[in-house]
Amino acid sequence: MEAFTTHTGIAAPLRRSNVDTDQIIPAVYLKRVTKTGFEDGLFAAWRSDPEFVLNNETYTRATVLVPGPDFGTGSSREHAVWALQNYGFKVIIGSRFGDIFRGNSGKAGLLVAEIDADRVAELWDHLEANPGIALTIDLQEKLITSPAGFATEFAIDDYTRWRLLEGLDDIGLTLRHETDIDAFEETRPEFAPTTLPSRTAG
Amino acid sequence: MGKTLSEKVWDAHVVHAGAGAEPDLLYIDLHLVHEVTSPQAFDGLRQAGRSVRRPDLTLATEDHNTPTLDIDKPIADPVSRAQVDTLRRNAEEFGVRLHSLGDPDQGVVHIIGPQLGLTQPGMTIVCGDSHTSTHGAFGAIAFGIGTSEVEHVLATQTLPQARPRTMAVNVTGELPVDVTAKDLVLALISKVGTGGGQGYIVEYRGPAIEKLSMEGRMTICNMSIEWGAKAGLIAPDQTTFDYIAGRPHAPAGADWDAAVEAWQELRTDEDAIFDVEVDLDASSLTPFVTWGTNPGQGVPLGGTVPDPESFADEGDRVAAAKALTYMDLTAGQSMRDIGVDTVFLGSCTNGRIEDLRIAAEVINGRRVADGVRMLVVPGSARVRLQAEQEGLDKVFLASGAEWRAAGCSMCLGMNPDQLAPGERAASTSNRNFEGRQGKGGRTHLVSPPVAAATAVVGRLAAPADLT
Ligand code: SF4
Repeated sequence: MEAFTTHTGIAAPLRRSNVDTDQIIPAVYLKRVTKTGFEDGLFAAWRSDPEFVLNNETYTRATVLVPGPDFGTGSSREHAVWALQNYGFKVIIGSRFGDIFRGNSGKAGLLVAEIDADRVAELWDHLEANPGIALTIDLQEKLITSPAGFATEFAIDDYTRWRLLEGLDDIGLTLRHETDIDAFEETRPEFAPTTLPSRTAG
Repeated sequence: MGKTLSEKVWDAHVVHAGAGAEPDLLYIDLHLVHEVTSPQAFDGLRQAGRSVRRPDLTLATEDHNTPTLDIDKPIADPVSRAQVDTLRRNAEEFGVRLHSLGDPDQGVVHIIGPQLGLTQPGMTIVCGDSHTSTHGAFGAIAFGIGTSEVEHVLATQTLPQARPRTMAVNVTGELPVDVTAKDLVLALISKVGTGGGQGYIVEYRGPAIEKLSMEGRMTICNMSIEWGAKAGLIAPDQTTFDYIAGRPHAPAGADWDAAVEAWQELRTDEDAIFDVEVDLDASSLTPFVTWGTNPGQGVPLGGTVPDPESFADEGDRVAAAKALTYMDLTAGQSMRDIGVDTVFLGSCTNGRIEDLRIAAEVINGRRVADGVRMLVVPGSARVRLQAEQEGLDKVFLASGAEWRAAGCSMCLGMNPDQLAPGERAASTSNRNFEGRQGKGGRTHLVSPPVAAATAVVGRLAAPADLT
């Protein structure tokens, strides 16, 4: 995974709350067996609406998305993160996110920055007053700044932040504890089930 | 101080305790795999030259994409077929047991785990599917994960996880007749909101929960994710043990006695403290249905479509207005006046044998209304076989309903079972999101008895409305 320190890019205001992962990418687009090409399904239902923010020419090259509360709720599909990344997004700024979505993002290297709902509303106003303005997101300082004067700190859990800053792969980190895993397996109860026979489904 | 049930299960699985901001490394007892969220994970293993650490704690099935008609023929949709074929190749290459279409143990991943007796109290269970919370009904910590995490569990049989906070949902009283676990959980979600559980592991407890069958408990835990909870669980008791006993992967002999002894310890201590508690009185509930486009937008069946202006919160007002437009409903309209085109009975929420029995009882001797199609999709091939043994298929067919093969089907519309644009459905599944059951489709979430009564009347209805 690539290390993430700061990012500067055009920010698009998405004035919608409760954008579940079915809206981010509908199930019919989930049939690929790769991690690429999902941008075609991103926000599929809204892409035909000329009023939809990403259809506004100002935002076609946006790399920062600012949605309303409860973004990424619902289905666990990581394809939602890939679709956002495939489209070009690097950072999502919002007040509340689905847990699985936030976890998936951290693992895939998409930065999820949390700020208060009031600050989201101010940021929307700021972006609409300065269409196409680029925000800078500094992960080291946990700071979002705009050249037109907006600035706010954001929240992210320290562990995810450290992993993103270092660009560390989770599996590699866990395998440092392989002896702990071996030791734990010795202590598992005898009666715990296994999926492979001895006793099989009749 | 004592511990809550979820803390006990969690603590028993910590391989390496995280210091400071570092999450705990949790051991995973059972990893369920399906065709949609696994191909990229297996690919990752291959690229890194890794193997599956514990194929014997891993089980795969085909459910999301699979057709419910002509299952003995190759899957018609080439893209779905490629995804299923990829899983078959991966299972073979990595030594993972797979229940393929046509196998009597194939079915929706959250139905087959419990049915095989693989889902047991005190376990940690994960799957690349958000409704993994279903397995919490057995007193397990079970939650959905993303594809990177699927790869992580395949490679290490562990998962780094930050410890969630704890919440209790205390359900007092007794459910009235014709009011089911589904109504209970829909009412709960409309009370606490779709984000109400975020960051929590929830324990459902109290007399109303203890009286529920395992099927009902699974329905409730299944929908934990619909109000944002990390997981939902219920303390195991005699009902749980009776359900597990004798199933193919259940412990036997001396193992069984040891297991039950250990399982009996799995309760929240008297002096344990939850971070948050929510109370609900089951005796006040009536059949509950949704009017909007998230599972929290629900009202009693006897109620009316709410006026968006009646919501205190600005965000809720906007969301409600958008939902009414999408659903083509007007504020003040009585829920019982809403006509449907399709009724879907199935999914991991309500596709178990008990759900089919309840619906069959309502529909027995009656006809599905003209112009309404009713799809009955058993949650697993075994549920289907069992229902056929009991003659439920005949009841449904005689009423004019369609009797299908097992799978996720119209719950998410990845296979050919979809709503057409503008079509309206009463569905026993768990998500009424825009387009969830087909682009432009409109979904009302309901319980199995309401689904059956609605099919007969052609409008949203409860069994009590049938004469
Ligand atoms: S039945 Fe529906 S909710 Fe359950 S696993 Fe299948 S798609 Fe997901």
